[in-house]
Amino acid sequence: MNILEIVRFALRGLTTNKLRTTLTTLGIAIGVASVIILIAVGNGSSKQIQASIDKLGTNTITINSTRGGFGRRAAAAGTSSKPLTVSDAVALSSPVNAPDIKQAAPITSASGTCTVGTSSTTPGTFYGTWPSWFEASNTTIQKGSYFTNDDVVQGRHVAIIGATTASDLFGTDNPIGQTMRCSGIPFTIIGLSSVKGTTGFSDGDSLVVAPLTAVQRSLTGYNNLSSIVVEAKSAKVQDLAQTEINTIMDAQHRIKNVNKRDYRTLNQASLLATSNSNSSVFTVLLGVVAAISLLVGGIGITNIMLVTVIERTREIGIRKAIGAPKAAILSQFLIEATILSLVGGGIGVIMGYIGSHFKIIGIQPIIVPSSVFLAFGVSVLIGLFFGGYPASRAASLRPIEALRYE
Amino acid sequence: MESTQPVIDVRGAVKRYGEGDASIFALAGVDLQINAGEYVAIMGPSGSGKSTLMNIIGALDIMTKGKYFLDGIEINSMDESALAVVRGRKIGFIFQSFNLIARTTAVANVELPMAYQGIKKDERRKRALKALEVVGLADRVNHEPTELSGGQQQRVAVARALATRPALLLADEPTGALDSKSTADLLDLFDQINAAGRTVVVITHEDDVAARAKRVVRMRDGTIISDTLNKGRVA
Repeated sequence: MNILEIVRFALRGLTTNKLRTTLTTLGIAIGVASVIILIAVGNGSSKQIQASIDKLGTNTITINSTRGGFGRRAAAAGTSSKPLTVSDAVALSSPVNAPDIKQAAPITSASGTCTVGTSSTTPGTFYGTWPSWFEASNTTIQKGSYFTNDDVVQGRHVAIIGATTASDLFGTDNPIGQTMRCSGIPFTIIGLSSVKGTTGFSDGDSLVVAPLTAVQRSLTGYNNLSSIVVEAKSAKVQDLAQTEINTIMDAQHRIKNVNKRDYRTLNQASLLATSNSNSSVFTVLLGVVAAISLLVGGIGITNIMLVTVIERTREIGIRKAIGAPKAAILSQFLIEATILSLVGGGIGVIMGYIGSHFKIIGIQPIIVPSSVFLAFGVSVLIGLFFGGYPASRAASLRPIEALRYE
Repeated sequence: MESTQPVIDVRGAVKRYGEGDASIFALAGVDLQINAGEYVAIMGPSGSGKSTLMNIIGALDIMTKGKYFLDGIEINSMDESALAVVRGRKIGFIFQSFNLIARTTAVANVELPMAYQGIKKDERRKRALKALEVVGLADRVNHEPTELSGGQQQRVAVARALATRPALLLADEPTGALDSKSTADLLDLFDQINAAGRTVVVITHEDDVAARAKRVVRMRDGTIISDTLNKGRVA
């Protein structure tokens, strides 16, 4: 009895019951594919969160005033508290005192409705700032041009608008060169910013950005900066930049007790770290889901394999009664299980790869190579064990016991 | 022809099912010798132990106590792989329920025991076709069991048992599931096989089947109660 003969028996065993073979293969394939796709979705969504955070700019630190403005909070902050001023921004831009800061941009935040003819929109973000803001906030222009330092000095009424604002006001028309009125003040549109997308509830493209002086003079007043955006030279020196900011700001605002600062800083790096830990929690969660589906898939494979062998106990009895050695029967069933597991697992991997090309609930799955090996390996091992073990037990029965099995 | 050594030599065979008080003796000490070339019918009502005896003779089951020599070799002490060789080469077994492998053609079924013995493909195909011709199924070789009548299936089983050229042909109620025409055909076949010099042992509870044998052994409650030569059949 040579091995080729046994392989032939195994193949005949598989082809004589095509339905059973197909269903078993399908069961294994679906188990493998679902694990691969689930982990790919988890990986894809974590990559997607990462990418949208990268878009915000990772080297930026935002300084906000803690002066409440009016009422109790203003009183609590103490009489010594000062608003953020343009001179703060100028001090932060000093290459001597702040060697690790690339640039700083003061921001005044206006509100109001912008109109062109009968169209109107209320921009989610309406900033007056310096040209350095664009780089610090990772905002680029897809059409037109940025405003310049000269525009700031002259207080020119020019503006960059986002895609949502542009479509609200002009539809599909080219907005460049047109004039809109925001709270009654005219601004000439000179640039259209690149699409940022939506993060959470805020539409990053509902945006109007104009020179600081123009907005201050006509809308917000001179003593009311809402924040200062600081860009560190690189992500590495962010901590140094943070220290420099504190030193300069403490000096500017004459703060002696660091616990009574009238400003606070928001570090994008710490935001990134938080979101990284969030996405790793997400990945672990999906890993658990995948492990459960692997387990369920494994139980499915176990079931099918057990039933397949038990159903053929009588056949094993017949084969033994006519002189089949135990080794020949065991080899046949092991080869059958191997073929089923390998083919099923292989199809599952292909299905996983194909399935990962489609967006699932808005997430583009990205395959994790180790998950492919894990899913394939576990399924094949389960298939082999639960195909082989009951077959070995059946092959060890005395022929008459196997024959009596119904 | 020498008959100093019987083909089947069972001594003091005991088969007990269960333990302690609940145990049942299927065989309660059976001695039986069958010589080469004999045609023996073992008869008895159900529960008499005749099937248990047959399974032990066919090396499909083991006895609780006693000795069994097949062709002078003691079977009890053999291991599994040696038993597989004995089942394949020395014994051809025919079952009441045919026990063909489903969804497998007649010729492939007949070839199977030869395949397990390691006989080359061409040789076993030739022998399988010859055996199917002997049982009168030359025109049904590529039919699967479900496409054959009960009588035809049993003849495939006979061909499968014969193709390995065993010393011993054992049949357990071979006609139990057959109509009278098929029964007659099968019994004629057994006569031919025995006439060709092969030892045939048939279990039955039908008198007309037993009437064809040359020796009739009757059993009851796990023991042999009579062992007679069939006068009409022994020349």
